[in-house]
Amino acid sequence: MITIKNYVSVDTVEEAYDLNKKRNNQVLGGMCWLKMMNKDVNTAIDLSKLNVKSIDEDETCFRIGAYVTLRELEMSTSFNEYTNGGMKKAVEHIVGVQFRNCATIGGSIWGRFGFSDLLTFFLSLDAKVELYPTGIVSLKEFRDMKVNNDILLSVIVDKKPLKVAYQTIRNQSTDFPVLACACSNVDGKYNTAIGARPGKAMLVEDDNNILAEVNEETIKAYSEYVMNRVDTISDSRASGEYRKRMVKVLVSRCMKEMEGI
Amino acid sequence: MEIKIKLNGKLIKEDVDAGTLLIDWLRAHKCFSVKRGCETSNCGLCTVFVNDKPVLSCSVLVARANGCSVTTLEGLQKEAEEFGAYIANEGAEQCGFCNPGFMMNAIAMFRENPDPTDDEIRAYLAGNLCRCSGYEGQLRGIKKYLQYKKGE
Repeated sequence: MITIKNYVSVDTVEEAYDLNKKRNNQVLGGMCWLKMMNKDVNTAIDLSKLNVKSIDEDETCFRIGAYVTLRELEMSTSFNEYTNGGMKKAVEHIVGVQFRNCATIGGSIWGRFGFSDLLTFFLSLDAKVELYPTGIVSLKEFRDMKVNNDILLSVIVDKKPLKVAYQTIRNQSTDFPVLACACSNVDGKYNTAIGARPGKAMLVEDDNNILAEVNEETIKAYSEYVMNRVDTISDSRASGEYRKRMVKVLVSRCMKEMEGI
Repeated sequence: MEIKIKLNGKLIKEDVDAGTLLIDWLRAHKCFSVKRGCETSNCGLCTVFVNDKPVLSCSVLVARANGCSVTTLEGLQKEAEEFGAYIANEGAEQCGFCNPGFMMNAIAMFRENPDPTDDEIRAYLAGNLCRCSGYEGQLRGIKKYLQYKKGE
């Protein structure tokens, strides 16, 4: 059970950072995961006043504030147009509408949870995160960073020519995924993110240029290449061997969906 | 800390503990339709509206709802009575424990999408668990209610 002594809705990011330096203080996300932790929080830090609740778009990028909810991402017309409906597909199986109205992109990405559909999807989009005071870093780099006192302000997706497809396997429709797969082509470069291995999502790029020409044969070869690059282990939801085999299946399905084959 | 919340149309100002969850605050204000269920943000029993959006009150700090309008089933009596009759007529209400949360979310769906398909209904209500009914009665009740609303 979580207990909270004080609650501060900060006016500046500097104030949030200063408060977050103390070990017993905690930045709030959507509270869906946090509330299940056993933790005595001295000061809960609410970022609501820091321009983190909207999806802003200009000619070059989307800036998604840390407090944007999963439901807002699901319903965002412009971001779903950009991702060809992939964003909706990546979140629509997460519990229910009410949960998605609470859970935030910041909470999900900051946690770098293995089960995170969002981490998997945004890794494949070559997204970046805006941290204070560190600055803007790639999500790929952030994935491996140690948890520190930074404040995650937004997730940034540069507008580049994009094709993306997202598929998961779940034991039950609203459960955590047994395996998640996002294939994309960002500005001509293919990559695949595999999540729920059950470790945190990892990115596999087409370094050997297997997909120089896209057809059934090269998709099969690429699916096997990804499968061999991804580590999977067993947990209560599925065995590591099953997951590994399913990597090949999901990559193949995503690639065919993305390329219309 | 002091909060100001418009609860079912009535402005309430009071001091609360920083860690108070919205569900506990609502039940302390006699909104007993708001039920505590799974404690893991999965069951939908505690669904209320914050600024007209359905949320899980077990996962929201009351401090986070400061300055917002909060609506529970007690504040939607007319809509609830009308819709509830269709649910009861289809035998969708057995133990009834999930019903307030289910009705809140169904009302949210009607407002957002007044003409949903069966799949859209199932998808919207996926976060409302019911251990008695098997969901078919609820689906029939919703469809009959929507038919009635169309003919109104």
